[in-house]
Amino acid sequence: MLKAENKIFSNLYGEKDWRLKGAMARGTWNNTKELLLKGKDFILEEVKKSGLRGRGGAGFPTGLKLSFMPKNIEHKPHYLVVNADESEPGTCKDREILRNDPHLLIEGCLLSSFAISAKACYIYIRGEYYNESSNLQQAINEAYENGLIGKNACKSGWDFDLYLHRGAGAYICGEETALLESLEGKKGQPRLKPPFPAAVGLYGCPTTVNNVETIAVIPTIIRRGSSWFADIGRPKNTGTKIFCISGHVNSPCNVEEEMGIPLKELIEKHAGGVRGGWENLLAVIPGGASVPLIPKSICDNVLMDFDSLQEVQSGLGTAAVIVMDKSTDIIEAISRLSHFYMHESCGQCTPCREGTGWLYRMMTKMIKGDLLSPEVDKLLSVTKQVEGHTICALGDAAAWPIQGLLRHFREDVEKRIIEHNKIKEVA
Amino acid sequence: MSRHPGLINKTEFPQPDNFSWTEENLRKIDKIIDKYPKKRIQSAVIPILDLAQKQNGGWLSQKAIEKVAKTLSMSIIRVMEVATFYSMFNLEPVGKNFVQICRTTPCWLRGSDKLTKIAKKFTKCELGQLSEDKLFTIVEVECLGACCNAPMVQINNDYYEDLNENILLKILEDLKNNKDVKSGSQIGRINSKPLKQC
Repeated sequence: MLKAENKIFSNLYGEKDWRLKGAMARGTWNNTKELLLKGKDFILEEVKKSGLRGRGGAGFPTGLKLSFMPKNIEHKPHYLVVNADESEPGTCKDREILRNDPHLLIEGCLLSSFAISAKACYIYIRGEYYNESSNLQQAINEAYENGLIGKNACKSGWDFDLYLHRGAGAYICGEETALLESLEGKKGQPRLKPPFPAAVGLYGCPTTVNNVETIAVIPTIIRRGSSWFADIGRPKNTGTKIFCISGHVNSPCNVEEEMGIPLKELIEKHAGGVRGGWENLLAVIPGGASVPLIPKSICDNVLMDFDSLQEVQSGLGTAAVIVMDKSTDIIEAISRLSHFYMHESCGQCTPCREGTGWLYRMMTKMIKGDLLSPEVDKLLSVTKQVEGHTICALGDAAAWPIQGLLRHFREDVEKRIIEHNKIKEVA
Repeated sequence: MSRHPGLINKTEFPQPDNFSWTEENLRKIDKIIDKYPKKRIQSAVIPILDLAQKQNGGWLSQKAIEKVAKTLSMSIIRVMEVATFYSMFNLEPVGKNFVQICRTTPCWLRGSDKLTKIAKKFTKCELGQLSEDKLFTIVEVECLGACCNAPMVQINNDYYEDLNENILLKILEDLKNNKDVKSGSQIGRINSKPLKQC
């Protein structure tokens, strides 16, 4: 279990003051100038050595991503864009940072922008987070008024501007290139890669897009040292992580824990256990809607980090743990996700635009068992035709939950089909 | 599938004849445009459509969309594309209380279906339909990102969390009677902190 002194988000629940005064009392903005004066390479090196992996879902090493940016500003300005378009079903961690500890994020923006030579940073926040964006904007204003950002930020000689941009409700804008399109005032439709944003990003300039949690932990890493962060968790899966535990647990909550904590311990220690006891557990979606579910037999022993979950053909994603007990109609639970992807498909690639709708319609039939057995195989084969055949990962994300369902609950699906056909015959 | 005022492309209902910015909003527009590089003011289209929607009572009329296009020197079709793409823009009038019920799995697991049922019964409306007294429009939306406080709804700007049917009914009644309602968790939780500290 994570020791209290190792927690990065000490105001996760908003019990203390989120404004500048409260944040400074918690150590934010302490000696930021000296951290900046240690230089860009120092910051980049520390982030690399800490082993921090992106907290937005894909788990790409953050230090490596930051180092893809051109070393020096040449013809075009550099940008940092913070992805606060938190919309992955099950995920509500960034919201707590945005409203309860916004200065952690702002300081992170300054340090990371400095490391990649960006003089401007945009935070793209989902439009529904109205009150969260209001807190964040007030915090940005405080930071400007106190000379922490703006011209000569923290008296370091570095000029830095930070802007908040509200979106308007589109899951796809959490995909980095769709986010850039949206920030440029267009429909949020993903771009083809390459070129990657580090070469051609916002307004055609070198850009890095990072998740809120990733950026918000950077100041603490620099301050306490990369080895402190790297010592928490497991090799290649280091540090702390905010887990969002929702669904059929006695006490749903957000909690910051060590990477690699056993799933069972996480649920029992922090979320009051599964409703009706651990034996009443059916399945868990361990990393937000886009990752395949895992049944109880795997949940018993699995560790919560990128590599352990990948070994069981799932993923850590955003660490949004959706718990389902034995009362759940698992097929309907997954069909709800299929509806989500159908609704959120941007419509650009045919396999996804047409596929997500077809998958949802098949899933709706499957709830009743109104399918023929060979159609289940057809469904599986269509998910494989959507997966990997689209510009962005939304197609994959729509396919995986269904593949996970059929991987672990095929028997239940078949049983329902047989039962339904029996009733049909009688009628 | 539910009908959402943000997802229609029809203009069969009466459209106002004109739309002009209030003085206050003109000042706000200048501030918003300042955030972006001078040649890139199209970036401001989402925040400015949002401003227009607010000024217009919660929805975007044809004239409001045209005005935004003019304000940002964009062609109307480019603004229309944006207005129809994002689910937060309503293209037909909505009630004074725009109630968005989250329907995605984490909320569904904790009973969001019951919330929809009770809200429909209370307003005597189908999803997406404006109530007769013009006070309510109920819609179902996809994940609003407050899953640890499920089930939840968003009414205008605010989130109402940890709901059940009775609590939602009470909130809707209070709104109807113009009483103050408290947003956030409805069962006395502090944000997303566990109810019992483990």
